[in-house]
Amino acid sequence: MEEVKEQIGHMPRIGEPAAPFEAVTTHGVLKLEDFKGSWLILFSHPADFTPVCTTEFIAFTEIYPELQKRGVELLGLSVDSVSSHIAWVRNCEEKTGVKIPFPIIADLNKEVAAAYGMIHPGQSKTETVRCVFIIDPNQKIRTILYYPLTTGRNMDEILRIIDALQTTDKNGVATPANWRPGDKVVVPPPNTQEMAEERLKQGYECTDWYLCKKKL
Amino acid sequence: MACISPDGKPTESGTKMLRALKSGLGSPEEVAGDTGLPLFRVRSGLRELAQAGLAIEKDGKHELTETGAKLIG
Repeated sequence: MEEVKEQIGHMPRIGEPAAPFEAVTTHGVLKLEDFKGSWLILFSHPADFTPVCTTEFIAFTEIYPELQKRGVELLGLSVDSVSSHIAWVRNCEEKTGVKIPFPIIADLNKEVAAAYGMIHPGQSKTETVRCVFIIDPNQKIRTILYYPLTTGRNMDEILRIIDALQTTDKNGVATPANWRPGDKVVVPPPNTQEMAEERLKQGYECTDWYLCKKKL
Repeated sequence: MACISPDGKPTESGTKMLRALKSGLGSPEEVAGDTGLPLFRVRSGLRELAQAGLAIEKDGKHELTETGAKLIG
């Protein structure tokens, strides 16, 4: 039981500082602090040379230019060795023509996986599940997504979350369900009765005092 | 090591960073701008170059050591 607890590790939460790490990657030894000032998507996959993971790495590579435009870096992770990662990256390029441009952590001792709660023993006691941690330039965790081993991730949603987070940070607003860039955003609800009454006179598109939208 | 090969020679990215330091650029941001490498790679690379004795950090800026200067020519 203790062993299982140790493998699960700390379960991170949104709003907490991201756990610092220093890890061997396919691009050398990297520390979390090396990414300070950039947005970072830290994501784990179960294992190299597996079909769903291969499709995901190709898909992450496809959205990488869009992520870079938004100041976002990618960092993969699995408990495979760096040699395995290098062989897999080379195999992907040879078989699909896609060169994986971002680093991948070789977390053989599962230190990073434990710090980020990436091992879910109900799914696998040895592999990391498909986690996505979106970490902001101040190295705070802003979004956490967990997918089971059998379900490949949705890149549109990951890009959409980045757009939503950056929009809310820049404009002090929230984004409604299924929001896309260009759609109306939600004005934060008022905190007092006076503000609620004033809100209705401010020219927003209001369903009621607590649900008002505006165009940016 | 991403910047230093096992035989002790700088890799292509290591050489780019050493050249940037030789030209007087010292902060990771300046080196990243000059080399076109991502900032995280530069931060990690400068750390490696310092560990290898090829560069030294002073007040957040890096400069070549005598060994680094000799290596880059």
